[in-house]
Amino acid sequence: MRTDGSLLILALVLLTACSSGPKDRVVVLPNKDGSPSAVVIRSGGKETLVDKPYAAATVSDKGGVELQAASQGSVETRYATVLQAQPARPVSFMVYFVSGKDELTPDSRRVLDEIRAELRQRQAPEITVIGHTDRVGSLAYNDTLALQRAQTMRALLLGVGIGDGNIAVAGRGEREPLVNTADEVDEPRNRRVEISIR
Amino acid sequence: MSVGVETGSYGGPSMMTLRKFTALLLVALAASVHAQSDEAGLVKSVKGQVSIERAGKSMVATPGSRVYASDRMVTAADGSAGIALKDNTLLTVGPNSSMSLDRFAFDSTTHQGALEASIRKGTLSVVSGKIAKASPEAVQFRTPNSILGVRGTEFIIEAGVAD
Repeated sequence: MRTDGSLLILALVLLTACSSGPKDRVVVLPNKDGSPSAVVIRSGGKETLVDKPYAAATVSDKGGVELQAASQGSVETRYATVLQAQPARPVSFMVYFVSGKDELTPDSRRVLDEIRAELRQRQAPEITVIGHTDRVGSLAYNDTLALQRAQTMRALLLGVGIGDGNIAVAGRGEREPLVNTADEVDEPRNRRVEISIR
Repeated sequence: MSVGVETGSYGGPSMMTLRKFTALLLVALAASVHAQSDEAGLVKSVKGQVSIERAGKSMVATPGSRVYASDRMVTAADGSAGIALKDNTLLTVGPNSSMSLDRFAFDSTTHQGALEASIRKGTLSVVSGKIAKASPEAVQFRTPNSILGVRGTEFIIEAGVAD
């Protein structure tokens, strides 16, 4: 009796160790801009970095990770449905004001037409107006200024019939300069408003 | 508001009912502000049968449907849905899938925030957004067997692979 019991337990242990439940699979895709992309898998008390384009990793229900190289073709075939269902990528337009005025430069006026065309191509489009400043003044001062610029642009867009009232505004202040400068540097290219559409 | 009508039915608002009314109004306002701040993004594309499960209720998802933290997206065999979150993260749920957005917070000034989602079954394609760029450690995707951290932008997760 005792021997049978031990055998049964041993058999169960072996069965559990060998049997594999459903696995997860992670596939890293190259970034559209060519910059490196990677995923860190935490499982079974370990970390595995998957950082090659089209590298696939399977994770077993015990947390074991197995790396495989996949090809672009096989990934695009296997995941065709989900890849085709991806929403359009967000895009940004930059507009500049005529110095010291609430008036857009002629180039920026043309950008308004591009924005209209972009909005027509999208399902449930959303507009976020993001104000940016140069590094003259404090961080807090520039946050306020950036938000004011965004609000001015929001009113201007609504005035020309772009957006339906729920245009979001954001102020990034001096956090995201187009041109990197030292603090307190006057830089017109950083005093801009970004119109982001997603 | 129905609260106002009820107050009127007592035949003129006494001090007590006015207080009650004000308290209820404040609660209602707080709730609506809370709901607004929780909005995480919008459904942008839908194919086939897709539903959003929220607080025990299931709704049909359409382009423009709002997505909130703690919503679950469920797709049928013919279903897929693309979602854009406020930090520009793009989540696309493939057929026969179940994905829940467990947590979402985003500060549009600092780009700090948190994004946590779980995929129970099916496929999820991720194009990470501004939170992952500003603070990668604040972004997590859970699968049945692991937790994934983001160190780049684009990847696909498939949960429950049989082979």
